[in-house]
Amino acid sequence: MSEPSVTLAASGGQAAAQARPDAALSLRGLTVSYGEKPAVFSVDAAFPAGQMTAIIGPNGAGKSTLLKAALGVIPRLSGEVSVFGQPLDAVRGRIAYVPQRASVDWDFPTTVIDVVMMGLYRQVGLLGRLTGALKARALSCLDRVGMASFSDRQIGQLSGGQQQRVFLARALAQDADLYLLDEPFAGVDAATERAIIDVLKSLKAEGKAVVCVHHDLATVRDYFDNVFMINVRRIAEGPVATTFNGETLNATYGGRLAATHIDQLNLVEGA
Amino acid sequence: MTPLIEALFLQAGYNAALVAVGAALLGFAAGAAGTFLFLRKRALVSDAVAHATLPGVGLAFIAMVWLGGDGRNLLGLLAGSAVTAGIGLLAVEWVTRRTRLSEDAAIGAVLSVFFGLGIVVLTVIQTMSSGRQAGLESFLLGSTAGMLFQDAIVIAVGGSLAVLATWVMRRPMTLVAFDAEYAAANGVNVPGIDRLMMALVMAVTVIGLKIVGLILIVAMLIIPPVTARFWTERSQSLIWYAGGIGGVSGYLGAALSASAPDLPTGPIIVLVAAVLFLLSLFLAPARGVAAAVFRHRRFQRKVHRRQGLLALARQEPIHDELTLRVLRSEGLIRADGVATETGRAQAAKIARDERRWDVAREIHQDTGLTGRYDGLTPIEEIFAPDEIAEFDRRIGGPRAIGEGL
Repeated sequence: MSEPSVTLAASGGQAAAQARPDAALSLRGLTVSYGEKPAVFSVDAAFPAGQMTAIIGPNGAGKSTLLKAALGVIPRLSGEVSVFGQPLDAVRGRIAYVPQRASVDWDFPTTVIDVVMMGLYRQVGLLGRLTGALKARALSCLDRVGMASFSDRQIGQLSGGQQQRVFLARALAQDADLYLLDEPFAGVDAATERAIIDVLKSLKAEGKAVVCVHHDLATVRDYFDNVFMINVRRIAEGPVATTFNGETLNATYGGRLAATHIDQLNLVEGA
Repeated sequence: MTPLIEALFLQAGYNAALVAVGAALLGFAAGAAGTFLFLRKRALVSDAVAHATLPGVGLAFIAMVWLGGDGRNLLGLLAGSAVTAGIGLLAVEWVTRRTRLSEDAAIGAVLSVFFGLGIVVLTVIQTMSSGRQAGLESFLLGSTAGMLFQDAIVIAVGGSLAVLATWVMRRPMTLVAFDAEYAAANGVNVPGIDRLMMALVMAVTVIGLKIVGLILIVAMLIIPPVTARFWTERSQSLIWYAGGIGGVSGYLGAALSASAPDLPTGPIIVLVAAVLFLLSLFLAPARGVAAAVFRHRRFQRKVHRRQGLLALARQEPIHDELTLRVLRSEGLIRADGVATETGRAQAAKIARDERRWDVAREIHQDTGLTGRYDGLTPIEEIFAPDEIAEFDRRIGGPRAIGEGL
């Protein structure tokens, strides 16, 4: 932690453009645009392996868009994406994505265990059998998020927090090295938030990279090692301890974050 | 009734038997291929595809006449219809992607333009001197009168291929239908899978032109999966349930139409499917309307029973008609509203259970247990007998009446 890894885009943007070799996910010049107005503009980023990173920024700052574009879910206008130093399509099997809960129709005819098994589709292919061993693996992933006893429920019968846990279990079933989560804590109960963060921390302990789009500034300090601050452009990136401060928050949120609110975040003074 | 039974057992003549088997195969293929269309919520795209077959039928006829044929070769006509249906499909996709119009607007535009074009082409054909043009309009609503063995073969082979492709591609199609973004993140080619779903729909539409016709084929693609949805909560079973419902509709509908003169096959098949849908809508065990009403009534009675018993225990008057009816029908009060012996015992039990719950909440900070309090689940189902005994010890005082009943 000795090297100064805070980079405000205005000052040191050029230096970070080089993809770090140890990065699980690195982006270079990523630009996404709906029409003529860029949602994400020329963003460089490096998300390290073995650590948890929060992507934060105001509404409409392009947090989710950044994640989706990095995964090729939405087309990028320009920019390079590399995962563990390789192009995206070569390493799809090492990436697990947890989309926002609101993105699916929960009345879809599928059960909890079926959703988790979806995480295995890539591995088994079109005609491969979903063997008992694979089903046992799916069940153990459900167990990890405390949902094993719900395996045969239709997914619409779950609470919001339970649905989020099932999505996390599906990502776990993929047995990936890079986990990308889009607002995993949005609208979930306290017990679920606890359960999810425990799983994410255990993933980190296993050396996996965890990247979350995150909206709750109050928990950034407790949950994450790194923070990536974005408002269409990259604002700052680095360890929470040094990067997450009043200066960068003001730069990210503009005037939208009241000074009292920043004070309550219990920040260290700017590095 | 006899003609219907004959038709059901394929004894109503060669043509009727051929039509019944063909319709069953078509129904199965349409139901299975339509499943993912329904799950992807793009049912109406199939309507555009179906209407876009018409100009192809006409143009193929003209082309075959120019080449010296009589223009009635079924495979040729179907190939032509597939070409324009494909163009129509691409047009819907292009309009949705490249303009600010939504998909429903694109569907409306493509459907009407292609259908209009088709009618113009058919009109032109009427004026042509060569070729045997009579009967082309039967592709609108289907016509089984002159169905040939080779037509049945076309349906059997095409339908089997469509079902096989649906089965082979069920996993990526499930992923895309459930959560397209997750599918894309997993490396699934989402536009490709969408096109495949539509290609399957197109294939079924084309082979179904002969029996059901282009206007009603949409019903064969959509009604079976919607009906099957009442009976299963798993998308993989939905394929087979929908296929089965489509197959039964096809077979029954064809048999019905063969049992009486001048009953149109395609529309009857669709009506049979609609009857199966209505039966499922009302009678399905978990998702049906009757089951929902029944569950609601049962729950309502439980609530009223509890409220009534609590009122008895507190010796409060009961005015609610339903509460009185429930208590009377269970023999808890007499006709004049006075509690029976059973009623008093049950009331005492409920009142005591309420006090037990109060104690339970003091002892157990574990909300996993106390959170299960809904006033309706008997306390014995949540706490063990020794725990309940402990609650009673804490409540103290004389044992509540009704103990041991």
